[in-house]
Amino acid sequence: MPRIGVFICHCGHNIASTVSVEEVAKFAATLPGVVIADHNLYSCSEEGLNSIRKSIEQNKLDRVVVAACTPRTHEPLFRSVCEQAGVNKYLFEFVNIREHCSWIHAKEPSSATEKAKRLVAMGVSKAALLEPQTEGESNVIPAALVIGGGLAGLRATASLAAQGIETHLIEKEPRLGGLLNDITTLAPYSESADTLLQELVDEVRGSKRAHIHLNSKLRGLTGFVGNFKATLDEAGKKKEIEIGAIIVATGANELQPEGEYGYGSVPGVVTQLEFERTLKRGEKPGDTVFIQCVGSRQPGREYCSRICCNTSLKNALKVLEAGGTATIIHRDIMSYGTVWEEMYRKASEKGVRFIRYTLNDIPHVRSHASGTAVDVFDETLGERIHLDANRVVLATPLISQKDSAEVGKLLKVPRDKHGFFLEAHVKLRPVEFATDGVFICGTARWPSSVRETLSQALGAAAKAAIPIKRGKVVIESITAWADPDKCAACGNCVASCPYEAIEILEQDGKRVAKVNETQCKGCGTCVAACPNDAMQQRGFTTRQLSAMIDSLVKHALEESP
Amino acid sequence: MPKKVVVIGGGIAGIQACLDIADMGYEVHLVERTPSIGGRMAQLDKTFPTNDCSMCILSPKMIMCAGHENIKLHTYSEVEGVSGEFPRLKVRIREKARHIALNRCTGCGDCITKCPVKVPNEFEEGLSIRKAIYLPFPQAVPRKVTIDAEHCRMITEKKCGVCKKVCQAGAIDYEQKDSLIDIDAAAIVVATGFDLFDASALRQYGLGSCKDVVTSLQLERILSAAGPTSGHLLRPSDKKEPRKLAFIQCVGSRDAKMLPYCSSVCCMYATKESILVREHVPDIESTIFYMDMRATGKGFQEFVNRAEKQYSVRYLRSRPASLQAAHGESGVLVTYELVGGTTEQRTEEFDMVVLCPGLVPSSGSEALCALLRIELDKDRFVKMPNWKHPIDSSRKGILVCGFAGEPMDIPDSVAQASGVAARISELLQAVA
Repeated sequence: MPRIGVFICHCGHNIASTVSVEEVAKFAATLPGVVIADHNLYSCSEEGLNSIRKSIEQNKLDRVVVAACTPRTHEPLFRSVCEQAGVNKYLFEFVNIREHCSWIHAKEPSSATEKAKRLVAMGVSKAALLEPQTEGESNVIPAALVIGGGLAGLRATASLAAQGIETHLIEKEPRLGGLLNDITTLAPYSESADTLLQELVDEVRGSKRAHIHLNSKLRGLTGFVGNFKATLDEAGKKKEIEIGAIIVATGANELQPEGEYGYGSVPGVVTQLEFERTLKRGEKPGDTVFIQCVGSRQPGREYCSRICCNTSLKNALKVLEAGGTATIIHRDIMSYGTVWEEMYRKASEKGVRFIRYTLNDIPHVRSHASGTAVDVFDETLGERIHLDANRVVLATPLISQKDSAEVGKLLKVPRDKHGFFLEAHVKLRPVEFATDGVFICGTARWPSSVRETLSQALGAAAKAAIPIKRGKVVIESITAWADPDKCAACGNCVASCPYEAIEILEQDGKRVAKVNETQCKGCGTCVAACPNDAMQQRGFTTRQLSAMIDSLVKHALEESP
Repeated sequence: MPKKVVVIGGGIAGIQACLDIADMGYEVHLVERTPSIGGRMAQLDKTFPTNDCSMCILSPKMIMCAGHENIKLHTYSEVEGVSGEFPRLKVRIREKARHIALNRCTGCGDCITKCPVKVPNEFEEGLSIRKAIYLPFPQAVPRKVTIDAEHCRMITEKKCGVCKKVCQAGAIDYEQKDSLIDIDAAAIVVATGFDLFDASALRQYGLGSCKDVVTSLQLERILSAAGPTSGHLLRPSDKKEPRKLAFIQCVGSRDAKMLPYCSSVCCMYATKESILVREHVPDIESTIFYMDMRATGKGFQEFVNRAEKQYSVRYLRSRPASLQAAHGESGVLVTYELVGGTTEQRTEEFDMVVLCPGLVPSSGSEALCALLRIELDKDRFVKMPNWKHPIDSSRKGILVCGFAGEPMDIPDSVAQASGVAARISELLQAVA
């Protein structure tokens, strides 16, 4: 008979103000196998963890159930307490009674309490059948791959190489630098973008640990954290490299506003990047009107691209220096922080004109005898005004790279609805993917300034360096396996596996499915696809899940008249 | 012997920096001047734009930090001196007397219950009281009490001694002295975070004179289920639920005479709070008085749109001229100018007003930077003069992350904090 301990968390008032924690604990104590059921104000606090640890030792528990918040944030913590108390961490079961009970049913405390009891009963019945697992360890290949040779990728490569790690940088274009090649100076100061770029390129080229692959694309990837094998297409030639970690730094692109505000039809209308190129060629800008939020912050593409206002401020100041006039037509000026706000103030003081428009009445751009004209309703003045311009600069947002879907698919990492890569957690894991060993930085994740991009590149470089410096990674234990007696070698599992972790092999004269456990991520898809109940997943076996359902049905039957 | 790094400041930036530096194999000493790590993020109710519970996502990191084999916590401690140069810096840490034997205190809280001295609670932004012997908040790390020597009667007047009587662990030590620790550090990380600008210095905003004017951080505590009102949105004057709420942006900030800069996070947290209050009081009407709605991060503009459409938040572009108490003690009259071709002034009554003050480098950071001999910028944030290395201070081997360097939100702070680990590893590899 197992010895199960159940610990119910108040989560302060988060759970306890809706769910009667005492009642759930009292109920849990009556469940088969449960030797102790207790409750804590905050199970995750030092005090809570200590009391669980002591209880495991005193009651000689061999299974632990915590009913609290979410395993996404807290499972590692409770698992480690089990380990400290000498219980295999896979003999721990998490029941979520906060998101699933108190928060969602905040207005129905008694039903929420009933639901919490049933979820706890299900957790206990599963816990009784849990089996200990051992975690394998794997060596880490002491090399990294950085995808994308723009600012983010260059800085990440320079960092990894400087940390003593062999780093492969792949760039699909024939030159390094990405969008930075088109930029004149780095706002808000007058540092030349070329200087920064050249310094970085020199550093990477000069490092014996950095290996640059131009005209190269990722074509395939197998393996897992610490042991990836990447297939590259380098200028038409296939190449294979082995690496321990990967950084995605594929950047972004400027939206081409075809047909909007006279782009393509009215002379003198350019995008911000095209404008940068004219400045870089030394062309005099003349009188310039900037229109912000072209193609962004509106239905269809809701987001703010973060860097466009600050770029317009920088370039408006350049226009003034070159003797032209500058007007910025905007909806809100996004000069956040210290340096951008200072630049905004400087632009106002030096005579850049700011006109605010709304989506209800957008500016109109047309040809004019002497050049280009913009008609706009000035919200502050409350009247329509007319502006003559030599150039109209359309500040369009950064959009995700066309091939980001392809990269995402090869690396098996997600993207958001705009095509930007989706980090593991928007608040606390900004440079990591949920997939171990794969990291993200720069505008491939979200539009960001040069300084932000550099910081993120360093962040991703730190994360990628950690497993390599440690030299070992722990291999996932919650994996699938096939019961050879039940397997009919139908191949459904092979076809369904998104990680190419299953093969049909000959074993003892019989063809059976075989899972490569280092490649299996424990997603469970093959288990669902198996028609013969041969495929099982550790920690989620049919027996364990059936026991949970049985417990739920049993309680439902007992209560129904 | 692993190389050592000293991280100053135990908020989310400092915690993340510690974790990554420690994971790289260096020995990290985290110096935090308050009794617990956690920083400002620990005070927040939820985080934008996902409304994740702040403490819930922070506390696992706090515990990981405390339990990490390569991290040593020095809470209730301050850096007192620094000498030498990278990579041979000497850091002197003063561990202030808590008057508690840390190895004995179990954090049971018996002493707190019995302590007769009541002091305004800093963690609750003065909205409730704590005792002279206290745990700053329930999830505090380390979970050890601290005696506030300034208010303890036994220490100041030699009268009382109740906590010592009730402490069964024998952890109370009124005679405890500060102790000094010297660390040979290869590098130092400054992650000292921010304070709120004191909005009571601007009389027109009514903080202190109108009871129903609160700061945004006070509102975070009011909304928190663990806060002073157990998560019930009640206005201070009469403890009634407000139905009409105003948020005022850029209090003291974006103002050439006060703080010229933008604090980067207020537009978004006000939007978050305006959504959260509606989950507490479903028919509440919120108005956000703003200058520019700066929603530049991932999912931020969508968040603002959702507040406007789904939660009926009124975004009003105007900078109010004055706030006054309405009739009696409750409610606030807000006088503002309408924008758009008129100069019409309007006065509108709100049940409660939330000020979003500019955020400033945390108190004491200037003295600390003088000690570290690193430069500040004109807004008193740590200067990061090198373009290629945007997290390096003006002195080699002293790195910066989070709000100490410039206003930024949590993910940007976390990314920088990780970046610091890479930078330290680069620098130390070069001298290895």
